[in-house]
Formats: sequence, C-alpha cells, structure tokens
Amino acid sequence: MNNSMRSFALHLFVLAILVVLFFTVSEYHSGNLARILVLSVYAMGYNLLFGYTGLLSLGHALFFASGMYGLGLAMQHLGTPAAPAMLVGLISAFVVSAVIGFLALRTSGVAFMIVTLMFAQAGYLTILLAGKYTRGDEGFVIPQADRAIGSIDLSQSDTRYFAALILFAVCFLFIGWLVQTRFGKTLVAIRENPERARMLGYDIQRHKLLAVIISGTLSGAAGAAYALLFGYAGATFSTVQYSIYPLLWVLLGGAGTTIGPLIGAIFMTYLIDISSEYTNAYMLIAGLALIFLTLFAPHGLAGVLRKKWLPWLP
Amino acid sequence: MEFGPYLFIASLEGAITAAVLALTAVGLSIVFGIMRVVNVAHGEFFMLGAVIAWWVTSMITAHPALGFVAALIVAPLLVGLLAIVSDHLVLRRINYDPERTIVATIGLLYVIQQTTLMTFGPEARPVEAPFNKRIALPWFELGENGFVLTWPWGLSTTTYKLAVIAAAIVILLILWLVMSRTRLGLIMRATQLDSEMAQAHGIHVDKVYALVFGLGAGLAALGAVLIVPIQQAHYLMGGDPLLLSFIVVIIGGLGSVAGTIVAAVLIGMSDGIISVFFTPTLAKIIATLLVAFVLVFRPQGLFGKPER
Repeated sequence: MNNSMRSFALHLFVLAILVVLFFTVSEYHSGNLARILVLSVYAMGYNLLFGYTGLLSLGHALFFASGMYGLGLAMQHLGTPAAPAMLVGLISAFVVSAVIGFLALRTSGVAFMIVTLMFAQAGYLTILLAGKYTRGDEGFVIPQADRAIGSIDLSQSDTRYFAALILFAVCFLFIGWLVQTRFGKTLVAIRENPERARMLGYDIQRHKLLAVIISGTLSGAAGAAYALLFGYAGATFSTVQYSIYPLLWVLLGGAGTTIGPLIGAIFMTYLIDISSEYTNAYMLIAGLALIFLTLFAPHGLAGVLRKKWLPWLP
Repeated sequence: MEFGPYLFIASLEGAITAAVLALTAVGLSIVFGIMRVVNVAHGEFFMLGAVIAWWVTSMITAHPALGFVAALIVAPLLVGLLAIVSDHLVLRRINYDPERTIVATIGLLYVIQQTTLMTFGPEARPVEAPFNKRIALPWFELGENGFVLTWPWGLSTTTYKLAVIAAAIVILLILWLVMSRTRLGLIMRATQLDSEMAQAHGIHVDKVYALVFGLGAGLAALGAVLIVPIQQAHYLMGGDPLLLSFIVVIIGGLGSVAGTIVAAVLIGMSDGIISVFFTPTLAKIIATLLVAFVLVFRPQGLFGKPER
C-alpha cells in the first residue's frame, strides 16, 4: 500500500468513526461534536496557512466572522433562504481574504502577525459600530424556521450533526487531496525555504495569496455554517480570542497534518468545557496550553505520532 | 464652556494619557529594540502594576501618600521580577524565536489575566491619590482692553494629574540618562546593535535580555501605578494599553525610543482630542487601520529610517 492510499484510507476511517460516534454517544456529546466538527473546518482552514504555508495569522476571526455575518445579515435583513445565504457567506469571506491577503502579504514574519491582528480588530470594531444591523456584542438569533435547506430542518440534532459532518468531510478530503498536489507541495516548500522555492522558479507571492484565500474561505464556510446550524451570530466570534483558538487547536493537534486540527479542536473544546464547570477563569487552561505547547511540543499530538510511529501521516 | 477652554481641557487630559502611554510604550519598545521580540503580555504587566498598587495601598493605610509611595516602588519591582522569571522559564528556552515568542506571550497573557481574575476578582477597585487638590485654570481672552484673564467655570484640573505628567517626564529623563550615559546603557545598546558581537566581547547577553524584559515590564507597571488613582484597577484593563502601545511603537518606528516618545505624545494627545469629535469606536477603527497600513506601506514607521 503506498502512502497516498494509506492516507486516503485514514481519512475514510476517521469519517467512519465520526458516523459511528453519533449513534453511540449521548445527545449532549453529539451536540458538542457537531460544534467541534464545524470549528474543525475553521481549524483546517487555519492549518493550511499556518501549518503548510508557514504564515502565522492572528486575525482569522475576521474571515470566520465574514462568513458568519455574510450569511447572518443576508438571512436577517434580506430574507435570503439558507442555501443562497451560505453562498453569500462564502463570497464575503472570499472577498475579505483576497483583500486582506493582498495587503498583509506585503509584510512577513512578525509584521504579518500584527497586520492581520490589526485588520481583525478593525473588523470587530466595525461590527460594533454597525450595531444597528449586527446588534453588536449581543448579536442576533436566526429564527429556527429559516434554518432549513429545502425540506431539511437543520436545527434538529440529527440533521445538524450530519450537515456538520458533510461539511467537515468535504473540507477534510479536499485538504487531504490539496496537500498531495503540486500546489500543496509548493506551499510546504515555501514554508521550509522561501528563498530556494523562489530560486526554483515558483511565484511565491501568488502561492501565498492563494493559500490565504483558500484558508480564509474555508474559515468563512465554518463561520457561515456555525451561524446556520446553531442559529446565532455575535461580535464575540470576531474577537482576538477567536483568532487565537484555531492557532491553539492546530498547535495542540499538530500543525501541518490533515488530522491535527480535528484532534486539537476535540481536546481543547472538552478541556475548556470541563474546566469551565469549576472556574470562570477557564482561559487559564488555554494560556497554559499555549505556553507548554511552544515549549515542549511545537509539533503537537499528530506531530508526535508522525515522528514516532507513522512517518507517512499526511 | 466655550470651544477654546474646552479644547484646552481635552489636551490636558490627552497629555495625561500621553504621559502614561509613553512609559508603557517605551517599555514595549526597548524590549522589541534590544531583544527583537514582541511581548503580547505587555498589557497584562500594566494591569498587574495597577492591581499590585491596589493591594499595597490597601495594606498600608496609615496615610494615602505612604501607601502610594510604597506602591510606586513595590509594583514595578514585583512585576519586573515576574517578567524576569517568565523570561527565564519560557522565552530563553525557545531561543527568543520571534513567532514562537508571540504565541508563548499570548499564553502568558491569559495566564496572568485569568490568575488575576481568580484572586483579585472581577470588580474594579479604586486607589486613593496621595494628594488631590483641585486647581482652577486661567484662560486668556483678547477683549477690548487687550488680554483679559478669566477663570471659566469647569476649567480646572487636579494637582495629581499635573504630577503624573511631571513624573512621567522625570522617569523618561532618568531612562534616557541610564541608556546614554551609563555602562549599563552602553551594554544594552551594544546588545541591540549586534548581540553576537556583544557576546564575543564578554557581555552576558542572556542576563541583558532578562534585565531588559524586566525593565520593560517594570515601566508598564510604573505607568499603571501612576494612572490607577485616576482610572480604577480591573483585571481586563491591560487590553487598551497593549493596543495603544502597539500603535505607538509601530508609528514611532519599531525599536526607536525617541520615535516612540514622539508618537506617544502624538497619539495620546490626539486620542483625547479625536474622541471629542468622533465616537470612541470609530476613533479606534481609524487607529488600528492606521497601524496596519503603516506596517504594510511604511514598515520602518513614520519616523523611522529604512532598514539597511
């Protein structure tokens, strides 16, 4: 069995487990898992840029929020049905990530991190400023009756879980395929040695811009799906904290692995879920995790797996 | 109140913001200039300064001035010490790698902030100023009989606010003297210029880094102690100083202390004046976009020289 077949089998295996999980765990956990699946899509988008291309963004919440508000505002104020509204969300994330990518990629390293952080902060403040439409921090609820595609009601726990799973599966297989292609390999080459990649004749800026756009659009898809499946859009999702989360998930799960974002999102969400039962200072866990990960396991859980046992892990 | 005196009062408030901002931002700036790392937890060091000031002043109740003077000494020292410990435990171990440092200091930010939430609590707590005499300010008007001295109602400030501005100027002067006239300053500047060469000449670069990180955090804490009688201590108060310091350091040119001070005065003053004309949210949007665009199109800062 060669590596790409192994990796394809692994992806199918993970998806099969996720199907089985729905029928075996309690409703509380399957609701949690649906949320985690959507957030994993966000993390996978982030991972394409951070893990594969080596660009650390601190402003991905802006792309997540673009998708969320693209869908949410279209449904709330224009009465757009769910499916076209999802498209509006995707397009707005696409446009925002293209513009931000074009500007921010003129910088690199630390400046790139700060520029993305500042643009995201400006986006958050704009959502607050447009409080008349977005209702600011309070956010707005998308009515249950509107949250349906055709005759499928997405607010029910089973349809919601499988809608999340389908979105996850599409993105998971897409990323699994993308990183095996020439394009994906070039991104890794840019991460490892940009000068050399350029010398070999690759247009680095174009590849980076494409990576930002794909990454941002996937994040936006997650944001739009989150608003649609859980029926709420609020400015909280565009705060710095929501830019830090995907970084945390990817670092924990393993940057530059296709399965890492899912692992990281599951671990971190449950860690925070459990600790918030005991204290309101649950972000302490996130802070400690960030410090210990940078210190001791910069390659995350899947990175350790790959190093020790599974060198073929995609 | 007429427009003239009103603008005067706004500039005075702006000057206080600028004074405290200059201290905080210079702390961030020397850390960036010498160590080449961005400390995202800088705002939390500021917050800790204010919280420790509250703690010290509530322990020493004999006279408000006594507690406050103690806080001015204790808070920067404790915060500086904490910074040195975190430099030793975290930053040194990741070799001051710029990107990993940002991630680690984000972690540090949450650890400090949430630990404060668990111990100090979510309330905002006031600290009493050591002296606080209200003084009315005169205003000149060009009338029919030449200049006339008037005392418009509401045009006043407090002795404490003026003292904050004076204190910030004195502290910055001392810092400048240390950096330019002492052996310690020479060592710091040598490390900034070329850390490997400095090491080759027998300078303990590790110790300099620890000291600089402590000094940067201490300056933030000092700024917080000065402002806490005007603004209360709260566990989330680190966010705005962090953002403003970022803005100031970037506009002033990364790593340039003089540029940082000029930018702090500019931003602090205009923050006071802009918020008279715009809503605070819009003012913040303009400021954050300004930083982003400066970094994109003029990465050396408005006052910095292009990198060689």
